[in-house]
Amino acid sequence: MSATEILSITSLHKHYGNSPQPALENVSLSIKAGEIFALLGPNGAGKTTLINIVTGIVTPTSGSIAVGGFDSVRDFRKTRQMIGLVPQELLVEAFETVWDTVRFSRRLFGKAPQDTYLEQILHDLSLWDKRHQPIRYLSGGMKRRLLIAKALAHEPRVLFLDEPSAGVDVELRRSMWDLVKRLRGEGVTIILTTHYLEEAEEMADRIGIINHGKLVMVEDKDSLMQRLGKKQVIFTLSSPLSVLPPALRDFTVELNSQGRQLIFSSDPSSTTKGISRFLQTLQAAQINFDDFESKNSSLEEIFIQLLRSS
Amino acid sequence: MNFHAIWAIYCHEIKRMLRTISQTIVSPVLSTTLYFIVFGAAIGSRISEVEGVPYGAFIVPGLIMSAIMSQSVANASFGIYFPRFTGTIYELLSAPLSSWEIVIGYVGGAATKSLIIASIILLTAFCFVELHILHPWWMLAFLLLSTIAFSLLGFIIGLWADNFEKLQVIPLLVITPLAFLGGSFYSLPMLSPLWQKISLFNPVVYLISGFRWSFYGQADVDLQLSLLVTCLFLLIGMGLVWWIFRTGYKLKN
Repeated sequence: MSATEILSITSLHKHYGNSPQPALENVSLSIKAGEIFALLGPNGAGKTTLINIVTGIVTPTSGSIAVGGFDSVRDFRKTRQMIGLVPQELLVEAFETVWDTVRFSRRLFGKAPQDTYLEQILHDLSLWDKRHQPIRYLSGGMKRRLLIAKALAHEPRVLFLDEPSAGVDVELRRSMWDLVKRLRGEGVTIILTTHYLEEAEEMADRIGIINHGKLVMVEDKDSLMQRLGKKQVIFTLSSPLSVLPPALRDFTVELNSQGRQLIFSSDPSSTTKGISRFLQTLQAAQINFDDFESKNSSLEEIFIQLLRSS
Repeated sequence: MNFHAIWAIYCHEIKRMLRTISQTIVSPVLSTTLYFIVFGAAIGSRISEVEGVPYGAFIVPGLIMSAIMSQSVANASFGIYFPRFTGTIYELLSAPLSSWEIVIGYVGGAATKSLIIASIILLTAFCFVELHILHPWWMLAFLLLSTIAFSLLGFIIGLWADNFEKLQVIPLLVITPLAFLGGSFYSLPMLSPLWQKISLFNPVVYLISGFRWSFYGQADVDLQLSLLVTCLFLLIGMGLVWWIFRTGYKLKN
């Protein structure tokens, strides 16, 4: 294990009883301490199975996991104390109060009660005013925040967020992103799964893509976007063109909207010529434009591209 | 040992009992009191003594044992089934807990509730009949062993059940008939020889007999055999729980 590695997954394999396909197949992954890692994949790809195995909820068919250098089977008490889990669904006990349930979570993970710490968490998640309320009276967004409070109650070093933004409004999603960034600032390693690729793009340091139980790719987010992302500049032409002028055929360019738009793509991995050269060529060919806009390909486009290729 | 977690689960279960006090405490105490009134005072006054004990007093140990059997099973099964039903069991499974720590928390909570119910029924019985407890320590021992054994059984049912109907099947169709036919209201010599022999296959006979011995010094079956069956029952329950957690049956995929 390297000095900065907090979680190490080696050759993890999971086969559910009657299923013909394995849920996870030879998954190996290393997570660095203090990073935000986004695990992406379509429904049924194996994201939740992977999280459930690491957190001890599901038993793997084979493979090993180490957390903070400790084996998750032999030293399960140490490894589980280091992990917090926010499940995908709103799994809460309706009749308990907010305060009782966070205290319960802390003690369940072997920590002595520390009310000042729990009070701070509830303040941070805007739940302090609701502390004496039975959970059934909370809104969906509050329940989601409560699950985060429960996961943080025992001061974990690694926090798993399984679809944290599922079913929450834009404002709450933003405030959760802020919280995640703040936790990272405090040294907590965050591993999140999400369907909102915008979320991964906004927060993640590294991206892992899982499909059909296999880890297709793990890469630094910025380098991934640079490697596979495209920059496009869309020119709205003053006069429509019927065909692409020969002078532009050296560039990655296409005509659109009945010849009114010229779309120039700059692909970092290719050897096509740059935007300044393209502008010079336009001027020389006396092709005038009224407006232009630039657009970077999103993680979503890269994700779809990678899934198709896998 | 994760003592914090055991205590947390135990307190969680006791709080659940307090939230539903009418269901968990008042209801069983009331129904048992009605048995005292109907069988002890109304019908019992027309029945002669059973083995030298007035009928109203004779049925007290059997009624207490029946109540703790059904309550231990009901409380422990619901205690572990509810988090499975709501999905909150994820927290237990991901916590740094051994299976036995989970069992101690839940079974301890259920057994405590049953002991409270047994104490209240016993105190109520003193209001209706004249009671003498010849061997109070043995009474306590039988009470403890039985509550733990049946709470373990309830815990197993709570792990096995997939729905609320299954949760009720064994308490209603197995435990209640066994309790009624286990000598709560009669002594074995009152039955025909054939039924006496058949009754000996009912494990509840041994529990009630041993418990009644601690009150009046009389038993239908040998005391040591009663104790042995009670301990065996406990060991089988522990063995099943150990197997469930080892294999992850109905807990982990």
